[in-house]
Amino acid sequence: MSLSDSLISFRNSFISPRFVQNSAGQFFSSGHTNNWAVLVCTSRFWFNYRHVANTLSVYRSVKRLGIPDSHIVLMLADDMACNHRNPKPATVFSHKNMELNVYGDDVEVDYRGYEVTVENFLRVLTGRLPPSTPRSKRLLSDDRSNILIYLTGHGGNGFLKFQDSEEISNVELADAFEQMWQKRRYNELLFIIDTCQGASMYERFYSPNIMALASSQVGEDSLSHQPDLAIGVHLMDRYTFYLLEFLEDIHPSSKTNMNDLFKVCPRSLCVSTPGHRTDLFLRNPESVLITDFFGSVRKVEITTEPKFSIHQSYSDSDP
Amino acid sequence: MATTEVERRRGQLAALSIAAVVIVVGVPLWWRTTETYRAWLPFSQIKDLSKLQLHLSADVEVVFARGTLTPEQQKKLPLTQTQDEEHAVDENTVLRYTHEIKYRTATIMEEEALGKPTAAEADLSLHMLSESPCGSSVVYVIPEVSSLLPENVKVYIGQRRTAILRINAEMRAGKTVEQLLAVLKPQIKQVLQVMSFSHTDITAALSDRVRFNPGSKESMTHSMRAFTSSPGYEITFSLLNPDPRSHRLHWDIEGAVQTYIQPFLTKLSPLANFSIDSQMLHYAMLGVNPRYNNDRGAFILHADSLAHVINPVEARLGSNAASSNPVLNFLLYVPDAQHSPLYIQDHKKMDVPSNAFHSPRWGGIMVYNVKNLYGPEAEFPVNININMAEVMGVFLTQLRLLVGMESSPPPPGFLVAPCGSVGLADWELDRLMWSRSVENIATATTTITSLAQLLDQIGNIVINDNIAQQVSSAVTSVQLAVAELEAGNLGFALQYSKETILASEKAFFDPSLLHLLYFPDDQKFAIYIPLFLPMCVPILLSLLKMASEARRRYREKQAKKD
Repeated sequence: MSLSDSLISFRNSFISPRFVQNSAGQFFSSGHTNNWAVLVCTSRFWFNYRHVANTLSVYRSVKRLGIPDSHIVLMLADDMACNHRNPKPATVFSHKNMELNVYGDDVEVDYRGYEVTVENFLRVLTGRLPPSTPRSKRLLSDDRSNILIYLTGHGGNGFLKFQDSEEISNVELADAFEQMWQKRRYNELLFIIDTCQGASMYERFYSPNIMALASSQVGEDSLSHQPDLAIGVHLMDRYTFYLLEFLEDIHPSSKTNMNDLFKVCPRSLCVSTPGHRTDLFLRNPESVLITDFFGSVRKVEITTEPKFSIHQSYSDSDP
Repeated sequence: MATTEVERRRGQLAALSIAAVVIVVGVPLWWRTTETYRAWLPFSQIKDLSKLQLHLSADVEVVFARGTLTPEQQKKLPLTQTQDEEHAVDENTVLRYTHEIKYRTATIMEEEALGKPTAAEADLSLHMLSESPCGSSVVYVIPEVSSLLPENVKVYIGQRRTAILRINAEMRAGKTVEQLLAVLKPQIKQVLQVMSFSHTDITAALSDRVRFNPGSKESMTHSMRAFTSSPGYEITFSLLNPDPRSHRLHWDIEGAVQTYIQPFLTKLSPLANFSIDSQMLHYAMLGVNPRYNNDRGAFILHADSLAHVINPVEARLGSNAASSNPVLNFLLYVPDAQHSPLYIQDHKKMDVPSNAFHSPRWGGIMVYNVKNLYGPEAEFPVNININMAEVMGVFLTQLRLLVGMESSPPPPGFLVAPCGSVGLADWELDRLMWSRSVENIATATTTITSLAQLLDQIGNIVINDNIAQQVSSAVTSVQLAVAELEAGNLGFALQYSKETILASEKAFFDPSLLHLLYFPDDQKFAIYIPLFLPMCVPILLSLLKMASEARRRYREKQAKKD
């Protein structure tokens, strides 16, 4: 029941005049045709370097696995790479060995600085943007889109802090997802949050087809990984560090499924207990591929012979 | 004594009047200034919309040519029958299909047209005689002896709205008209499944409403492939040249679009607006490495690796930043000289004749080989003129599929005429219009009902007048569209359905409808208590004191009376 086998049988049905084996269902079992990602870093100030590094590392993985910039909405509340306290300008590292510069050379930030607010975030999710908003700042998903939503920052029991001045509650988030569901703006949604007490943010979800992962349970703090003495701040959070390590092994045609993602960062490494929620999700997590959300594997059909003849000189005399 | 009495009286009066002002003036003022403005919405009508009962009806004419009916049977005509079918898709959606079939005999001119040597010519002359209105179909029944259709072909479906059905001799012998019509009924139904709306099509169009009902697998893939209904689409033609040092490519895209694509899009204009642009990309590689096949002497791109071709290319493609319409991308890739010629192979290791593939809801890619156009002694860069006819033929096929045309083969014994230069048969357009209208109506009703539900649930959202107006007009348009569908006026139904979807989307996505920030109850108390408690406490206490004094005096009076 692999993807290529299903491609083969579906392909057969196109070549022969009659559908040989109707395995189209298997082929399109995930039901999505395009992928979107909304990656949000909600904290500003230099000492929250690790939150920007978190978001950028997920951005990097998602781009590497195939989602184009036009389908990614990246919101960074502060600029760390060009921050004047950064001793290594134009870089954002994930580990103190400074091997991986997650800032890269092709980053497209859609909402930056003070534009990252609760209101803008909710507007992006629900689609209620003013008509003058350009395409790159919109989430133009449809009912066949799989969306990955990644949030990171400082949070508490039932809320996530934005920009040190406002907060979004789990009730608002759940309502926003419900509005997305009502308008059929997603096929399946993967929600990942890396904050303290992150599991409280997905407690209130009630819309179907949402799978959620969090870095810590209610009452637990998510801890950061390691500080770098040269840069002077903690570079990344533990959960996202191990998530990045896991994702670096994934390539566009890999068959790893969600159960492996749930095992990322066990308590021994993370200190906090990562949690997940799959009761709202229709498919079995074992059958959900990582690339269903993190990558963008396109479904492809071969074009058969055209049914009409196009003449070189357009001289048909049809009335 | 009297002064304290007067003062006490004055104090009581003051407390009473303050309390009166607070209650009579203050509380309503506070209520009015803190309530959110909510314009009136037709909630009861919207509630009715949640139960969708769609009634699709089409007119069909069945014309009997000479030699198909006996004289007794002919005397009973013209005759009208109604074919009715009802399906309950789920508890909220009911579909009803009605075909109003009129049986008659052919006129002399129609007989003459049917006497033409080939079916295509007959189709053309029949069309010259009369043009069927949008949404209707005409079936001509010809006798078995007629040579109009080839041997194994039972039904010929023309380019417009006519079909030619061959009837067997034993079918009509010794039967009354009613029996004959009963025998013909399943055959006509089969023809109408192809030419007019079919249940699978319509349920696929309802996928917005009926989410977890996959139906048949073909309908699911069909619904996944075509773009959702949108008022406009953008089509982008891109020429990818990875090797500008070897090939200098010329393509007359403007002329080709005018000649081949524009007529198709003009015919589709009732459905949506299309805008076309084109671009050329140099040094744009495919992103997968094709393998060299020694037997073929060419590079092969296997079907498995096609899925990974699109993403690296898509990052380079430009698009119109100003519009939010869905984009259809058509890419023409000319392989570089080192990797020419390049062929696409399917899973059976056979060459794909069109050398092209497409991706659902995205677009199509065609590989155009130019190796055979020049020899090894040619001077680089070589000027190459691309044969736009061949290219546009493939792109038009892909465009048809992406717009939503049926790709499944017709039933056995059916011969479907090739679609002519426009690329679209009239009955195909009708089918698209049926499913598009149904899709628009379904989407609009879900949007309106969920908007009403949302506004009902969240008391904090401000409903402006313009939103109320949009919603009202959307509701009216939906009702009109449903009525027109029932009457069989396909053109008007589609127009109303487009209006309703525009209005409902505009209302739903209005920026002012953002959910006001959620205030938990304890926060509300925390705000009001410091404001109102200090003011209310003295008033309440003095009122209580007055009340206890009044009670005491009343008791004294009672005691005095006894």
